[in-house]
Amino acid sequence: MSLLAELTGSIGSIGYGLAAIGPGIGIGIIFGQGVQAIARQPEAYGVIRQNMLLGFALAEALALIGFVVPFVFGA
Amino acid sequence: MFAEVVSASAPTSVSAAGGPDCHLMSGCGFPAPGAEIFLFEDIFTLQLASLEFGFSKVTVLLLLGVVAVVGFFTYAFRKPKLVPRGAQNIGEVGYVFVRDGIAKETIGHGGEKFVPFLFSFFFFVWVLNFFGILPGAQLPATSIFAIPVAFALIVYFTWVPLGMIKQGPIKFFTNMMFPPGVPKPMYILLAPIELISNILVRPFTHAVRLFANMFAGHLLLATFSIAAFYLISASVIGILGSVASFVVTVALTGFEAFIQALQAYIFTLLAAVYIGSALHAEH
Repeated sequence: MSLLAELTGSIGSIGYGLAAIGPGIGIGIIFGQGVQAIARQPEAYGVIRQNMLLGFALAEALALIGFVVPFVFGA
Repeated sequence: MFAEVVSASAPTSVSAAGGPDCHLMSGCGFPAPGAEIFLFEDIFTLQLASLEFGFSKVTVLLLLGVVAVVGFFTYAFRKPKLVPRGAQNIGEVGYVFVRDGIAKETIGHGGEKFVPFLFSFFFFVWVLNFFGILPGAQLPATSIFAIPVAFALIVYFTWVPLGMIKQGPIKFFTNMMFPPGVPKPMYILLAPIELISNILVRPFTHAVRLFANMFAGHLLLATFSIAAFYLISASVIGILGSVASFVVTVALTGFEAFIQALQAYIFTLLAAVYIGSALHAEH
């Protein structure tokens, strides 16, 4: 089988960059909406903050998996 | 898990920087830190029958973490008074935070019973994370993958049997797979996804989230401290870069302090969410 194209170099870095796009958008939305919710209803601050951090953690996990995978599976 | 990295990087006693003479103009490239900064040689090994226990820096930090948490709270609550003073005050603030902020809000009814469990997790994880910026220790023990995995497994083997007991061994899984309020045909797609995400992906992401945060944070700090050292040279750009890297290192240390507390909180919060999902099915 002949190779048509090959990638060499810091593929892990590019992979991380790609993996960070989605969570970046997600975290932006989560905190944007969270701040808006707090501004509209400051008395619900506790509940909103907790759910905001929960959503943040879930979205952020994707970026972190993208960060760790190149280390784990080698260059 | 870093088997490949181990074999690639000569002996494990590599100094993270390129050596005392490795600077910008001395012809050596930037010695970027990799996964090898998380490997430590055993200080001593303990032979128990056919089992061998290696004690490295990480083991020492773990034991120190246990001593710190148990010691502080034993001291704080040694003679509890109605009007708390000093250490008891701090201990009570921590307890109330976990009880009201995490257990009651997330688990709700029946959450009181799990406060000691969550409380221990929160402070143990926080102390282990905090070792990352503690001078002398300078290594978050949770950045070694085995430790968050052990924590996540403890949580996993708490909430899964708990759910089976509270909801019934079969009902627990059917409640999980068939959340109410969804059009019937959607269950073909939803049921397997829910099962996989709850049973397989949950413990994995629970461990990886904590591990990866601490791993990335430690690596970031190492990169900038090495850069500050590496850029010292007889050139304007080198000195400017070195000073900038040092300032960034200090700023990142403060940021890490925040992330460490946040990750301990999130780890405990997720544990509480999982326990809550085992206690009350969605309806």
